[in-house]
Amino acid sequence: MTPTTQTAKKDDSQVRQKEMIARHYDKLAAAPQTGDKNVYTFVPGNLTELLLSFDLLPVLPEINSLQSAMRGKTAEYISLAEKAGHSEDVCTYVKSDIGMMRSGNIGPTGQKLPNPDLLLLSYTGCFTFLKWFELLREEYHAPVAMLHVPYQPDGRITPAMRDYVVKQLKDDIIPALERISGRAFDEAKLSEHLRLSAQAEDDLVWVLQSAKHRPSPIDAYFGAVYYVGPIFSAFRGTEDAVAYYRALRSEIEERIREGKGPVTPDGDIEKERFRVVVEGPPNWTSFRQFWKMFADEGAVAVASTYTKVGGVYDAGFRHDPSRPLESLAEYCLGCYTNLGLPTRIEMLANYVRDYEADGFLINSVKSCNSFSAGQLHILREVEKRSGKPGGFIESDLVDPRYFSAANIKNRLESYFQMLEQKRMGGAA
Amino acid sequence: MSDTPTIASLVGRADSIYRDYSLTTVREWKARTGGLAMGFMPIYIPCEILDAQGVLPVGLMGARDDLEIIKGDAYYQSYICHIPRSTIELGLSGRLDCLDGVLFPAICDVIRNLSGMWQMLFPTKLVRYLDVPQNFEPAIGGRFYRHELEELAEALTSRGARPYDAEALRGSIARYNALRREVRALYALRQRLPWKVPTSELYVLLRAAVVLPVDDATRMLSEYHGLALADESRLPLDQARVMLTGSFCEQPPLGLIRTLERSGCYIVDDDFVQVHRWIQSDIPLDGDPMEQLVLAFLGDAMASPTRYIDKAEKGADLVLRIQRSGAEGVLFASPSFCDPALLDQPMAVRAVERHGIPWTAFKYSENTGQFQVIREQAGTFADSIKLWSVA
Ligand code: SF4
Ligand code: SF4
Repeated sequence: MTPTTQTAKKDDSQVRQKEMIARHYDKLAAAPQTGDKNVYTFVPGNLTELLLSFDLLPVLPEINSLQSAMRGKTAEYISLAEKAGHSEDVCTYVKSDIGMMRSGNIGPTGQKLPNPDLLLLSYTGCFTFLKWFELLREEYHAPVAMLHVPYQPDGRITPAMRDYVVKQLKDDIIPALERISGRAFDEAKLSEHLRLSAQAEDDLVWVLQSAKHRPSPIDAYFGAVYYVGPIFSAFRGTEDAVAYYRALRSEIEERIREGKGPVTPDGDIEKERFRVVVEGPPNWTSFRQFWKMFADEGAVAVASTYTKVGGVYDAGFRHDPSRPLESLAEYCLGCYTNLGLPTRIEMLANYVRDYEADGFLINSVKSCNSFSAGQLHILREVEKRSGKPGGFIESDLVDPRYFSAANIKNRLESYFQMLEQKRMGGAA
Repeated sequence: MSDTPTIASLVGRADSIYRDYSLTTVREWKARTGGLAMGFMPIYIPCEILDAQGVLPVGLMGARDDLEIIKGDAYYQSYICHIPRSTIELGLSGRLDCLDGVLFPAICDVIRNLSGMWQMLFPTKLVRYLDVPQNFEPAIGGRFYRHELEELAEALTSRGARPYDAEALRGSIARYNALRREVRALYALRQRLPWKVPTSELYVLLRAAVVLPVDDATRMLSEYHGLALADESRLPLDQARVMLTGSFCEQPPLGLIRTLERSGCYIVDDDFVQVHRWIQSDIPLDGDPMEQLVLAFLGDAMASPTRYIDKAEKGADLVLRIQRSGAEGVLFASPSFCDPALLDQPMAVRAVERHGIPWTAFKYSENTGQFQVIREQAGTFADSIKLWSVA
């Protein structure tokens, strides 16, 4: 769900991230020769540490889709999928992935991705995942291991939910990984990866919470999608990720010392005029243009929910090496889109308050019912609770047909004008 | 209404229940019995648990094209299906006030998120998201599901329903077995003699059956069955036999079903109103009844785009249903923006194509008002099937 290349000048962390990603895709490209096995899986509720403990290589089709969008490929991929009978109404991540596969399965680095040795269907926060891997199972004839993660309608994890996930891990997922990898499960190795995860998670949370400063040294939506990249994908639980987040943290510390705002596609933001909280995924086909619409107005995202789809770490969750499977279960259960609407609303209202935002914006994407169904209700409720104005824009994740730049720009400009007027009204 | 039912009187009564947004029969039942009534969204909930605790399960299946959506549209973007907005409309306009709560079974992200909205919009009501397992091992998914059911039973009791009682549940299972048998029998009759059981009639009967108390529903279906079978005035027409699939949640308007029939199709199997067909055979009455409910869900439920198909080939169940029903073609009829139906469709299409079964596809919304295009499409499809069968 996150892009992998930063757009402005390269910091040490960015260079590291780029290298990590390049190495990972090199390994994937070489897998047919080396015999390395790979597992396709999803960002929310991913079991990266468990895969790593079996030396399996994760592949995240959502990330491939968004990368394809950033490389301008998705119009073609989606059209291929639609010609093959996929409805125009459904999630474009799925169609982009299927189009990519049918075009030779060339990944973000221009190398061919191996076919999956296993489809690990960690079914967290979104029903589409289920259909997506049923579709891929037919395309690749690959085995599927299904992990059903119950939903948290009341914002709490019950023992029954946790036990259900742990039991599936023990009885279904681990045996499937043993079969694919030819290795026995090594709990100590898993715990070691989880220990590394928790370290990286500490630093990530520090980075995200740095947006409480004024000016915020980061953009917690556009900028932060780069920051969550490693931890949401193939690198959580690795030394590389620990080093990346340590480097990132020290860079942000430096920015705070220097009183700098966030980096944008056109360099540092000069003046933080508006602090906003953002709900919903970004648009990837016009990502830079979208970001620029904010940056040109001096609008900085100080918190976002999208950066919580791969784990809500700022609410306190950390992977726990002393209870490896239980901790993985709690992680899967706690991802943002697996939370009931009242919890999502509370989280957004808290962000507006804690990050002293001037307002909040919802980018509602056509693709994603998991995010979008209910967002108009969220808008009203968060306005009511926070007393701050909400804005609503509509686009899509990776389908360029649904990004109407002029329309979105107009809406954003009016929204920011309204914030300005409110501020002046408040000051008068 | 005279004491001796006729097809017209039964269908007329069912039709008026189907059209009654205010749930008058439910209000009357509550006034008569003092019991609780719980709404439930498609597709399936274990009605037996509710019945055993003296609670009336009331199926909510959205609205038709005649409901003016005043508030509901303010809750949903244009690219989300129609049923949540009509359900919100019904709720906010007070028409569902007689319900003591609503159950939201886990079928898709829209229903899932609607459960959260409902919690906030109707804070005094019982609102439960009923998670159902996608793991079908009794020791794993079964255990989880049982826990969900036990929690549901407790939640009902906390609202004033009778406490859970295993013997009462056994009795309710027997009653629902009887209802399911009637539904199956009607489906079988329609397959055998489709001119005797027009789908437009069967459909409103099923819609009434999800609102009526179980024994009333069973009686209504049984009476209709006898009368339809005996009706010699209903004669076969030269129509194509089709299976209609994809309409398991948001329902098409009745006018659309009639249009399909008038365009030359006998619908011999469908996905409408599945709650009383979800479990496909009688649930055993011995042993622990709660466990039997769980096992039936795990092992005897219909294949659906909303369920993970772990062992069989995707679409195999659809093909089997087509073969069993003697359908000569398939109508993929899905609500616009329905992710489970539309994401499933390419796999289902491949499955039917592998068997050389002709198909066509269209989308609808519960408030679709114009059927001309669909009439032409279905008519052409029916004609082509008939031509092939002659050739
Ligand atoms: S529906 Fe949303 S969460 Fe699900 S795969 Fe698509 S974009 Fe991701
Ligand atoms: S019509 Fe489809 S998408 Fe809409 S609520 Fe029903 S199952 Fe979900």
